[in-house]
Amino acid sequence: MVANASGQPDLRGEPRLRLQGINKSFGAVQALRNVDFEVYPGEVVGLVGDNGAGKSTLIKTISGAYTVDSGSIYMDGHKITITSPQDATRQGIETVYQDLALCDNLDVVNNMYLGRETTVGPIPVMNEIEMEHRTIEILKTLNVKIPSVRVPVAQLSGGQRQSIAVAKTVLREARVVLLDEPTAALGVAQTRQVLNLIKRLREQGLAVVVISHNLADVFEVVDRVIVLRLGKRVATFDVKSATSANVVAAITGAEFEAGENAGMEVNA
Amino acid sequence: MSTGTIPQTDKKEGFSLRQLIPNDVGQLPVVAALIVISVYFQFDSKGLFLTPRNLNNLVLQFVTIAIIGLGATLVLLIGEIDLSLSAVSAFCGAVTVTTSVNDHFPAWEAIIAGLLVGAVVGLINGSLVALLRVPSFIVTLAALIGYTGFLLHILLPVTDIHLFDPFINGLTSNYLPNSLGFGLPIVGVGIYAAFLIYGQIARRNRGLATIPTWQLGLQIGLVVLLTAGALYVFENYLGVPYVAVILVGLTTLVWIVTRFTTFGRHVYAVGGNAEAARRVGINVTLVRISIFTLASTLAAVAGILEASRTASAFAQVDSTLLLNAIAAAVIGGISLFGGRGSVWGVLLGALVIEGLLNGLVLQGRNADVQEMVEAVVLILAVIVDAVLRRRPGS
Ligand SMILES: Nc1ncnc2c1ncn2[C@@H]1O[C@H](COP(=O)(O)OP(=O)(O)O)[C@@H](O)[C@H]1O
Ligand SMILES: [Mg+2]
Repeated sequence: MVANASGQPDLRGEPRLRLQGINKSFGAVQALRNVDFEVYPGEVVGLVGDNGAGKSTLIKTISGAYTVDSGSIYMDGHKITITSPQDATRQGIETVYQDLALCDNLDVVNNMYLGRETTVGPIPVMNEIEMEHRTIEILKTLNVKIPSVRVPVAQLSGGQRQSIAVAKTVLREARVVLLDEPTAALGVAQTRQVLNLIKRLREQGLAVVVISHNLADVFEVVDRVIVLRLGKRVATFDVKSATSANVVAAITGAEFEAGENAGMEVNA
Repeated sequence: MSTGTIPQTDKKEGFSLRQLIPNDVGQLPVVAALIVISVYFQFDSKGLFLTPRNLNNLVLQFVTIAIIGLGATLVLLIGEIDLSLSAVSAFCGAVTVTTSVNDHFPAWEAIIAGLLVGAVVGLINGSLVALLRVPSFIVTLAALIGYTGFLLHILLPVTDIHLFDPFINGLTSNYLPNSLGFGLPIVGVGIYAAFLIYGQIARRNRGLATIPTWQLGLQIGLVVLLTAGALYVFENYLGVPYVAVILVGLTTLVWIVTRFTTFGRHVYAVGGNAEAARRVGINVTLVRISIFTLASTLAAVAGILEASRTASAFAQVDSTLLLNAIAAAVIGGISLFGGRGSVWGVLLGALVIEGLLNGLVLQGRNADVQEMVEAVVLILAVIVDAVLRRRPGS
């Protein structure tokens, strides 16, 4: 199905995460039709498509919120099954949701560690010092700037909060990070903060998938663009050789000729 | 497009130290209110208010509100409410009394019976709220009515029973021997100071931001001062009452659980954003059920102490007790909206309420004025809570 026109993926070896022939229906609506998908370590893939194209559904099948009707999922070449969010977490797949999912009343350290607090030996008393130390370490590595790791996240800006949500995935030793519209609610400077953070995730060797409506953002940060339309994967672009116009054409289904669209491969 | 334009509030080490001061000290408005109340009634009563004798009475009355307030606090922290605590409290007190008087069980077994019934009541309330997602307001309103009836029922055919068990009655009329009366607070404060200093050293060794030493000293000094003040009051009357130990012990326990354990952190998380808590794998249902169970068990403790204080079980539930307890929590800084506040605030809030009531009684005022004044105080506290909540991050 996927024509490896450029032959590139083969050179990079096994994808970190690969989906094959994924189908998912909600009653009569077929949200995903025989979708293949792959993301490599140290790569950022942009997942784009019109409203209702199936982007969120695809992300949710990977993150375990939905189970697939049919199709296979491979992690580093090994077949895995994901039937719950816990399965996904166990495989190192972490999702940053559109609605941040931080606890406003808790500080940065506690949000980063929520649900997997470091304890003092076997008793369930938290080792706040270790948690704070490691939080600061990770935020430094990712170059996330905040006034203090001990302020409630309600006091942080939208960009800072989104950065915390993303940094949390690193703390949780993610191998694949899924971001659904990470910059949708952010201003210009804050968007830049988050885009820089995504680049740093790539430097850390993570496989990153970004859903975005903003093609400028997509072109700024991703390596490949995968286009969904009406539940099907219709095109794949290498951003180095593609233009926004090419991608828009693929999203809307406008007529195009493969030859004229540099960097694109058409998935029939 | 340049990366240099990101506004940053970054300080030298990257992170400043605001918020290191535990919220436990962030109670200045309440403390100020307490001082105003004390000074006013002290003058107005021509020195009767701040006598060791009056303060001792105040403490005995205050224990019930404070312990039920602790339970109310736990429930408020997860963003729910429990309207049945006062009824459950009276009911469990009556269970202990009837177990002792009618069924002739020894003191400990009667006490455990009361506590167990409290736990089961909370388990049922919590399960209805957490599993079926029935609003806690409705579940506990039903429980309030139900257990008020159940209380009448278990005392039938009488409306009050006298308790003769010397141990249970002694809980609220006995005082610690002087060695313990001085020893316990000194050891307690010593442990507290040791932990603060240890934490400071450990943070410094790990390269983390620390509070200035003077601030640490101030924090320890304040606690020493408070403890010394309480000791002075007690020792100038009959000594440290058992109930004071029970109250401080329970509050410390609840504080440690909510502030330092993973469970406690999950409690705050559920109150702050239950959906976020669920997504990171926290068992939100279990947290909710546990909290309702703990709260009702605390209410049972208060009920048993009330039975001890009055040496009786009564078929009536004190109608202002519940609102007083919730008011104590809110005045003490516990948010009605969940996830904010520290348990020590409840003691301060309960002191404000009991202080007001006690002062008004000294003035010879009756329930009419008492209840109106209390209503005003509660509304003020709720307004403060709502305003603080609108300000991000408070
Ligand atoms: N939980 C659901 N129940 C029923 N239909 C759904 C559900 N989630 C998505 N769909 C449908 O599946 C299709 C793809 O939706 P979605 O994945 O949300 O698209 P996108 O995120 O690309 O906008 C849409 O037709 C949508 O209505
Ligand atoms: Mg979507």
